[in-house]
Amino acid sequence: MEQTNSAATQPEAMISLRNLRVSYGEREILHGIGFDVMHGETLVILGGSGSGKSTLLRTLVGLERPSSGEIWLKGKNIAAISSDEMDEIRKKIGMSFQGGALFGSMTVGENVALPLREHTKLEDSTIEIILRLKLDQVGLSGFENYMPAQLSGGMKKRAAVARALAMDPEILFFDEPSAGLDPIIAAGVDQLILELKQAFHMTIIVVTHELASAFLIADRMVLIDKGNVVAIGSKEEMRLSTHPRVRQFLDRIPEPEVSQELDYLQMLTEEHRHPGR
Amino acid sequence: MELTTQIGESVTDGLAYLGALTTLGGRAAYFTFVAPFQGKPLRLQRAVSQAMQTGVGALPILSLITFFIGLILALQSAYELRKFGALNFVASAVAISMTRELGPLITAIVVIGRSGSAFAAEIGTMKVTEEIDALETMAIDPIHFLVTPKFIAMIVMLPCLTIWANSMGILGGALFGVAQADFTLLRYIQSSLDALFLRDITTGLVKSVMFGITITAVGCHEGLSTGAGAEQVGRSTTRAVVVSIFLVILVDLVFTALFFFMSER
Repeated sequence: MEQTNSAATQPEAMISLRNLRVSYGEREILHGIGFDVMHGETLVILGGSGSGKSTLLRTLVGLERPSSGEIWLKGKNIAAISSDEMDEIRKKIGMSFQGGALFGSMTVGENVALPLREHTKLEDSTIEIILRLKLDQVGLSGFENYMPAQLSGGMKKRAAVARALAMDPEILFFDEPSAGLDPIIAAGVDQLILELKQAFHMTIIVVTHELASAFLIADRMVLIDKGNVVAIGSKEEMRLSTHPRVRQFLDRIPEPEVSQELDYLQMLTEEHRHPGR
Repeated sequence: MELTTQIGESVTDGLAYLGALTTLGGRAAYFTFVAPFQGKPLRLQRAVSQAMQTGVGALPILSLITFFIGLILALQSAYELRKFGALNFVASAVAISMTRELGPLITAIVVIGRSGSAFAAEIGTMKVTEEIDALETMAIDPIHFLVTPKFIAMIVMLPCLTIWANSMGILGGALFGVAQADFTLLRYIQSSLDALFLRDITTGLVKSVMFGITITAVGCHEGLSTGAGAEQVGRSTTRAVVVSIFLVILVDLVFTALFFFMSER
């Protein structure tokens, strides 16, 4: 671990993680994560498959409960609050899921308007205006009556961002924004994140393994490996880092072949026991 | 020792499953009866559209099946009754077995096939595509948003469907009665009504409400506990149907026994 902020919550820190541990059953995924996310910065969480970066993101938005440690968000430790309090915090954050996670039975417009209809008492006409504004921001004007199934992969992601933006969140989370997109569309999504950052000075947290995209959008980066923070720092600091794991990740050096039969067997059973994690 | 361990494990598994179903039903009940008074309005519109799908949509197939079942019942009871020259009892035999047992049961089986499986598949797919997670990150409780309307729809629609199924079954029996047993349609229906006590109909309806709760709880629970991957949705759907049929029969047995001993006194 190169550096973690040991001082207590600093005034401008939006999110502070302290010794965060998360387990699925008896298997611990995150072994004591600690770092701060500053107000208005774009933090990219890098890591390979199975590094625990997705689990970290799920924990930050309250989908997983940590087994120990603290997550300070807007002055509250969300690791230890009631679900009602968590719901209040969730209204201030937006999350864009990997596959978009748009509701297939609703139109794009209904998807984006859903949080507004659920949590506000706004008139339908007002919601209509906000809806058009949000779709405009992500470049999907005029698509409100399309069903999610009629949209391309990139458009789905944009619609998902519009939905995440609906409640004017202070923090925006992205899970693998460029996964499954061709390079041109992926670049478009990166561009959208940059625009949001410039336009709203939002705090943005992005989980990805796409290096090009990470270096384009990040203010700072965290590299997670096997459930630990390996390095944290600015783009330059990461580029110049001599940490072997960072070098391996940035220079795309493959993992040494699994030579022992037993190791391979263990790897397979791990996969089998925790599919998709 | 090995055997006792296994039996113990399956009993605790079964109890844990029932516990999960009860929790789900309890939370849906909270959102139906308590939450509306705490400023979380009920989604009646979603419940109505759900009721259209599970209730009105089931009418054609349910009518056809229960009409045939009524006809089969008439044929089967006539097989025995004609030995005693008592064919005029066909009407009461069909009416009583439809309203007390087969009406609610057949309705439940049809609804399991149409809606119980659909609940598991719909919620399971939403789980796999992270839509359930998305609801939670938007501070929308999936139980409130998805499960509660289904409970309301089923609890209202299953008794309605059962009444319809009872009538269609009696009509099916009437076809035999008119064609083979010297009834007129009016006289057949009159003797069916004479044979029935209100209690026969209400016990059937009480059962159908319990079936509705069971089917919704199992379908939604299986959907929500879907793992990762598309094949898991298929697994959940199959399990929802199998477990629902088993539990509906079990609930049927419990309530039939209950009504039996209650009427004894």
